[in-house]
Amino acid sequence: MFEYAPAPESRSIVDIASSYGLFIGGEFVDTRDGHTFKTISPASEEVLAELTEAGPADVDAAVAAARRAYDRVWSKTPGRERAKYLYRIARILAERSREFAVLETLDNGKPIRESRDVDVPLASAWFFYYAGWADKLAYAGLGSDPQPVGVAGQIIPWNFPLMMLAWKIAPALAAGNTVVLKPAETTPLTALLFASVCQQAELPPGVVNIVTGAGATGQALVAHPDVDKIAFTGSTEVGKAIARAVAGTDTKVTLELGGKAANVIFDDAPVDQAVEGIVNGIFFNQGHVCCAGSRLLVQESVYDEVLERLKRRMATLRLGDPMDKNTDVGAINSREQLTRIRELSEVGDAEGAQRWSAACELPEHGFWFPPTIFTGVTQAHRIAREEIFGPVLSILTFRTPAEAVEKANNTPYGLSAGVWTEKGSRILWMADRLRAGVVWANTFNRFDPTSPFGGYKESGHGREGGRHGLEAYLR
Amino acid sequence: MSTSVAGVDDVTASETSLRRFLAGLPGVDQVGAEARAATLATRSIKTTAKQQALDTAISMIDLTTLEGQDTPGKVRALSAKAMRPDPTDSSCPSAAAVCVYPDLVSAAASTVAGSGVLVASVATAFPSGRAALDVKLADTRDAIEAGADEIDMVIDRGAFLTGRYSQVHDEIVTIKAACGRPGREPAHLKVILETGELATYDNVRRASWLAMLAGADFIKTSTGKISPAATLPVALVMLEAVRDFRLATGRMVGVKPAGGIRSAKDAIRHLVVVNEVAGPEWLSSRWFRFGASSLLNDLLLQRTRMLTGRYSGPDYVTLD
Repeated sequence: MFEYAPAPESRSIVDIASSYGLFIGGEFVDTRDGHTFKTISPASEEVLAELTEAGPADVDAAVAAARRAYDRVWSKTPGRERAKYLYRIARILAERSREFAVLETLDNGKPIRESRDVDVPLASAWFFYYAGWADKLAYAGLGSDPQPVGVAGQIIPWNFPLMMLAWKIAPALAAGNTVVLKPAETTPLTALLFASVCQQAELPPGVVNIVTGAGATGQALVAHPDVDKIAFTGSTEVGKAIARAVAGTDTKVTLELGGKAANVIFDDAPVDQAVEGIVNGIFFNQGHVCCAGSRLLVQESVYDEVLERLKRRMATLRLGDPMDKNTDVGAINSREQLTRIRELSEVGDAEGAQRWSAACELPEHGFWFPPTIFTGVTQAHRIAREEIFGPVLSILTFRTPAEAVEKANNTPYGLSAGVWTEKGSRILWMADRLRAGVVWANTFNRFDPTSPFGGYKESGHGREGGRHGLEAYLR
Repeated sequence: MSTSVAGVDDVTASETSLRRFLAGLPGVDQVGAEARAATLATRSIKTTAKQQALDTAISMIDLTTLEGQDTPGKVRALSAKAMRPDPTDSSCPSAAAVCVYPDLVSAAASTVAGSGVLVASVATAFPSGRAALDVKLADTRDAIEAGADEIDMVIDRGAFLTGRYSQVHDEIVTIKAACGRPGREPAHLKVILETGELATYDNVRRASWLAMLAGADFIKTSTGKISPAATLPVALVMLEAVRDFRLATGRMVGVKPAGGIRSAKDAIRHLVVVNEVAGPEWLSSRWFRFGASSLLNDLLLQRTRMLTGRYSGPDYVTLD
């Protein structure tokens, strides 16, 4: 046997402070009316730092700082000058990539391989891409002289903390807006490190403000009368609440919400790569991916073979210490999320689906759930309808392309879908009919700053990324 | 694809059935295969795992010289090195084989006799394969008679690319038959696909199956005379093929990437792919080889570094 010895990434590159304030007006400040909370490493339950839970007065101060920066500086800064700041931020993110990757993995629980090779490079790429747009907005197809919206309130989830920050802040700043961003309460640390990047880049104070906190802080931001635009990524439930809260106001909204994506495998698929695509679709980032391929639709004629190959592949997945460079599957982000994954999986058992997971030892401390598949799942099962947001795959079958489309679209969501076939015409035929914002062909979970991303139906509205991503921040 | 080959004879019965079978193999998505290889290449093999990997890699080397300027003296020196790669350390494993042209097999065989190191010979009008079958057979028999334990044959890439699969198949079968050794088990047949000339991964998969169906004991990437030679994604596709072939027929076939693997790091990446794609059963010189020459010295330098904590230098390994 060839046992890989532990290969842990060193954490000495990051300095985590024992406590953090809020980043308002270009400085870290103490709270006016907030409380404190702790963030832990989900892989070990070690307390990493104490954070500030911003209260309404803090949010008010952050919005005021953003408004001031907008009125006095940023709205008067020409695009070519804004671009320089964004390029500078992109370069600093690339230069400090190891630091960000280590901190992201500590705080989030995702494998260092993913934070190092996916999250951080993409975050940097997002700033590079939108930096290029800052002085070319007249050519974005949104009118000859598009104007920024003003102050944007941005609320991001815990699954890709730094990358989601980049998706939000880069286009907003390129378009000339200032922002108040609230990172998720379980993963605030890379956003606070990003605040220091803003200082390092000498971004004018108040252009980026970061307030940490949980739901109440987010509500205060959404309800703030001086916020012109809300951008939210997270659960459909909260997204609906935000839509209700801003209904009837002038506040613009973009929402990127949940998903229950179908990954469709035809009998002529490149089978080894399709199996990789299934694994990458649902076990990437422990399945904490809104566009995860959580519903596998396999053509009946290759079902047995695909299942056998999938199980064999899953047996080689390496679950464990996220800081180990050879880890494929890391920790579940929080106890709360672990509970939800367990509950929904038990529902799957109770509804008669068959659960299978490869034999793997789970670490003693922290939050863990083994990569799991359910077979014998039908459209009526809750595990085929509800977003589990964990490493749990529901496997269904189909007989004809039309049936695949019907089943794939039979969901209130519509964020992404995957099609696996060697037949180009079938890919196009499927892409025409799948009601999903992103359709991947012979790949899955690939992201690029030039490509718009967003949902149909209850997966949200508005697009992030590409030229389309500018529209949310211009009028 | 069919996970069970109903019968190898049925598949290879006619040009039509062979063509139908090979065309029915699942495609290889280039982007996906290369991405998988790139991900596996990020595995971090350190400390004890690295020591184990270095020794395993050394034991898998077919130490090769295939030059017009080869002489018996050079081959004897190479053979001595294969038997004892690190003269200062008897715990260092020997290489698997030396790989030479047929006319130098006797020089190699007389040197390695009794040591456990095998003699491999290229044959069949290596490297182009452009000769009449009679010539290829004579080439093979020469090598066997001179004492070769293994024959590294090349396929007729021209025939393969024009779709004359039966011709390629039958030629391998014929050469395989010529590998018999009176009173001993037949010489092992390694079939060189020359993947650099096949150009697509789909072709690599088809040629792999074709060679295995024809009775290859090993499938080998390249002659080393064509660029690109061995690449990690090609090795990945071939390892998938041997894994699937065993599932279908129960027979295990070995894999030999050759040409272009020069660093210990590259070799270890290949071992990772063997381990995670074909499975740990393939991690021995019986089932996996490296066709290489300069690779051995880098493995030795790394090995010394692991054991002593110091880098030595190129002056501390033999140049042959």
